[in-house]
Amino acid sequence: MSNIQQLQQFATQVRRDILRMVHAVNSGHPGGSLGAADFLTALYQSVMERKPGFDMMGKNEDVFYLSNGHISPLFYSVLARSGYFPVSELSTFRKINSRLQGHPTTAEHLPGIRIASGSLGQGLSVAIGHAQAKKLDGDRQLVFTLHGDGELDEGQIWEAALYAGAKKVDNLIATVDYNKQQIDGPIQLVMDLGDLRAKWEAFGWKVFEMQGNDMVDIIKVMAEAKAATFQQKPIIILMHTQMGAGVDFMMGTHKWHGQAPNDQQLQNALTQLPETLGDY
Amino acid sequence: MKKYTYTEQKDTRSGFGEGLLEAGKRNPNAVALCADLIGSLKMDDFKAAFPERFFQVGIAEANMIGMAAGLATAGKIPFTGTFANFSTARVLDQIRQSVAYSKKNVKICASHAGLTLGEDGATHQTMEDISMMKNLPNMVVINPCDFNQTKAATLAILEYEGPVYLRFGRPKVPNFTPADQKFEIGKALLLNEGKDVTIVATGHMVWKALEAGQKLFEMGIEAEIINIHTIKPLDVQAVLQSVSKTACVVTCEEHLRNGGLGDSIAQLLALNVPTPIEMVAVDDQFGESGTPEQLMEKYGLETIDIVNAALKVIKRK
Repeated sequence: MSNIQQLQQFATQVRRDILRMVHAVNSGHPGGSLGAADFLTALYQSVMERKPGFDMMGKNEDVFYLSNGHISPLFYSVLARSGYFPVSELSTFRKINSRLQGHPTTAEHLPGIRIASGSLGQGLSVAIGHAQAKKLDGDRQLVFTLHGDGELDEGQIWEAALYAGAKKVDNLIATVDYNKQQIDGPIQLVMDLGDLRAKWEAFGWKVFEMQGNDMVDIIKVMAEAKAATFQQKPIIILMHTQMGAGVDFMMGTHKWHGQAPNDQQLQNALTQLPETLGDY
Repeated sequence: MKKYTYTEQKDTRSGFGEGLLEAGKRNPNAVALCADLIGSLKMDDFKAAFPERFFQVGIAEANMIGMAAGLATAGKIPFTGTFANFSTARVLDQIRQSVAYSKKNVKICASHAGLTLGEDGATHQTMEDISMMKNLPNMVVINPCDFNQTKAATLAILEYEGPVYLRFGRPKVPNFTPADQKFEIGKALLLNEGKDVTIVATGHMVWKALEAGQKLFEMGIEAEIINIHTIKPLDVQAVLQSVSKTACVVTCEEHLRNGGLGDSIAQLLALNVPTPIEMVAVDDQFGESGTPEQLMEKYGLETIDIVNAALKVIKRK
């Protein structure tokens, strides 16, 4: 089996996890989680250079910050299946006394989580701080982030964008999940982002575009992005995805942003996603 | 009663600046961030000594707090610097999620707190900051009284692992704390013993409390005076022990009555030993332009206000 096929199978299992997790508690955010599943799979299973175990400081390894914390089911599934904590713990998602809070937090000491996120717009600044610390330490590993496209409405994102461009934070690869949907509807109607590439370029960033539900393209573009680090510019990837990717009736709408499937919908969805690595 | 003297008046923010420089020398992980107020925060010396560990973020406080959280995650000890209003209200949610909830080792260092900022007026005079910061779980809140104590506090928070809000001010005030006095977070300082009334004060109001104690002494009243430099965690034992002797208390702070030190003391006493209390603090209102002296007088934060509060609370025993 090729590396690409392995990654696709991993992502398929992650999608099953996401759907079963949100269904079990009838809450959570399946749409964005499904859309970014291929990217986060590729990041943890192929792109990032990680050390075994979890070191909060992430010294001499690549680190990742999830800024749009509501896609926590995806994050938890990928972390568990990447060895940070037992896969069986996914069944505790959003339940009382769980380490898998509705939005990711360091408060429960869940391995793999470095910052609380959920209130939007904060993760890019945190990642820049970590990237600056790596430079101080002479650590040549990278800092990765993921943001929602709706999250770009937040002013703090642009404060951070200005800083990273001006100060040449070039050990940072940010990614925007550009699914063009936010809670209240299509981005174009809620808050048109206009020419996103031109905006980031104007802030001094190097911009890549990527098909975020195409594993081949993800691996290719991420390699190009990594090759472009340490060249005086922060890097951002505009990742084109479909919210709800992998489940036909969840795609092309913002309806599944924060809504769980019912029993019947779950069964329908799971038939589209064969079990590959074993359900939790 | 013990008489306190001083040889010079110095600003607490300069105490922070000296402490920060020393922190940089003591620990290579100490880093500093500033939002375009290096001179006002007295961060010049740190910047000159450790340029690679100093981050000028521009007028972008939200990004500064987030960056500090990231630096802390990577093992650095970041000290952020801007005015108290922009250190708190402006970035409350960033502090709440990325620092306090995430338990990051970030030191939020806030100058120009309170009315004594003076002429800039209410946009810059925060009197709500203690309230906001003490209401965040995991956050330690410190308001030292003079130059020496602010310097010592800056070095003490370097050693403490966790989020801290360090509040100091703009004007020159009597520098009476011994330069070699160790700063213990959460440990109140008993400045004068007395049996008739307990006066607890924080920040710039500590010196005024000492002056009030002297005036009360001349009137035959023995006031016990306590410097509460750490508002959270509160030194519960020190307060309870004192009021068990005096049976009444006056609180003094350059802050709104809502949510300040007096509010913490009132809660403590109400839950343990209901005790008459008077609060020298600002009523539910914003400040205005004026000299620091004029403002402290107009808003009832002068020595005479403490004396009057003491006389009043003694009658309520």
